[in-house]
Amino acid sequence: MTRQPTSDSAPGQALRQTVETVFRLESPRIIAAVTRTVRDIGIAEELAQDALVAALEQWPRDGVPDNPGAWLMATAKHRAIDLIRRRETYAGKLAEIGRSLETTAPPVEPSAPDDIDDDLLRLVFTACHPVLSAEARIALTLRLLGGLTTPEIARAFLVPEATVAQRIVRAKRTLATKDVAFEVPYGPEREARLGSVLEVIYLIFNEGYAATAGDDLLRPALCEDALRLARVLSGLMPKEPEVHALTALLELQASRSSARTGPTGEPVLLKDQNRSRWNRMLIARGFTALARAEAAGATTTTSGPGPYALQAAIAACHAHAHSYDDTDWPRIAALYAALAVRSPSPVVELNRAVAVSMAEGPAPALRIIDTLTTEPALRDYHLLPSVRADLLLRLGCKKEARAEFLRAAELTQNERERDLLRARAQECAP
Amino acid sequence: MPRYLSLVQIDEATAPAEGPSPELMQRMGELIEEITKAGVMLDTAGLTPTAQGMRVHWQDGKLSVTDGPFTESKEIVGGYAIMQCKDKAEALEWTKRFLKVHEEHWTVTCEVREIAEG
Repeated sequence: MTRQPTSDSAPGQALRQTVETVFRLESPRIIAAVTRTVRDIGIAEELAQDALVAALEQWPRDGVPDNPGAWLMATAKHRAIDLIRRRETYAGKLAEIGRSLETTAPPVEPSAPDDIDDDLLRLVFTACHPVLSAEARIALTLRLLGGLTTPEIARAFLVPEATVAQRIVRAKRTLATKDVAFEVPYGPEREARLGSVLEVIYLIFNEGYAATAGDDLLRPALCEDALRLARVLSGLMPKEPEVHALTALLELQASRSSARTGPTGEPVLLKDQNRSRWNRMLIARGFTALARAEAAGATTTTSGPGPYALQAAIAACHAHAHSYDDTDWPRIAALYAALAVRSPSPVVELNRAVAVSMAEGPAPALRIIDTLTTEPALRDYHLLPSVRADLLLRLGCKKEARAEFLRAAELTQNERERDLLRARAQECAP
Repeated sequence: MPRYLSLVQIDEATAPAEGPSPELMQRMGELIEEITKAGVMLDTAGLTPTAQGMRVHWQDGKLSVTDGPFTESKEIVGGYAIMQCKDKAEALEWTKRFLKVHEEHWTVTCEVREIAEG
């Protein structure tokens, strides 16, 4: 009689890690496939968890199966069928599925890859459904598709764990009570729904991108979680130009991450970044994704490049430039102008003004900026007076520049930035 | 999410002379597609035999160049993969799956190394 390794022994530990890793990798597909059977994401997730528990019980005893992912999938599907059989409350339609499956052998092999992809895509569109708030969509997407745990999501977004847990529970309930169909939208609804999916990934990335180096690496790690989701989506929707464009944008943004902070964790502006630290592989991947977006866009009948394609093209201009002064500013200004038409916003205008100042000089840029000073959305945005101060200084208006630098210093939340802005105000003293 | 370089090492002396079987190539292709679609595979390729390679050596301030094949090395790098994984355990899982598509007569070692960031 052999002694079983206890769960805290080294082999037990390694096995547990194997089970958990396999589960994390496979769970999106398992939840997606089971949801198609039980029509409820919350129940599907519980059944997937049941399969995980079964694996933790059985694999130490019987060894890890040859195809662990298929084992978990089959186990979860079995439990789904059992559940449907047991549940008298389920409508006749579901009971029928149970009966028809009684006579067929349970699936041992995974379904055809295309079926799995379809299920996964349905899960993406359901988790990002517009009936849910942005926070709920983000939490659900990271949990169901990104494989993050509730504590991980909570730490990354700097909110209490209970808040995230509640968001996820509520989101699942909303999807169930609103009877949200588990499907990929087609027709006129599709574009808006896809926009919602892309926005979720973009927001996740930005949350990580805005978090400059801190003690908690989970926040910057969100960039990679978002990037992985974008890459997965590119594989699931190869014909959608904006999906490739979002991937391109994120690859290119991520390529600069190690150059964005200095030795003591201070933020380094684009113009001061050491470009040899930009990751060439990610830049190459970004260019490839952008080319795919352009190729896909050429075959669809949309009205020119979408907002993510334009932003990716701007990021590509920066990636192509060997230095800040080498940048193709006229092209960037033109791309911002196109973006201002496609998705107008005060922040886009502010960025356009910076590009115009580099391409044409400070005077025309100041004319753009001066249309923004009454913009409520930018009222407390320190970059507006800071950019305006720069332009005024270049035009020789030292006194006005100084006032603007001081105003920007008042508005910024960042200590280091405040010191810098005050120092610049000092330089404007007569 | 760290990036890992997997150096795929084979024994040139015992590896099948005709190279990988069509079945292996198919399984490998499907797996690489799966790893790519999971958003994990950043780049992967096989290398030509060492007969076409060279080693450039620097020692005591002198350069020397040796043309392949490198018969004195038991295992040589036959390919590589760059993967972005949540952790080492995930890199291990994908590596196991990569090795499992090979037939039993193959002897392959994957040396998995984390890429230093910064």
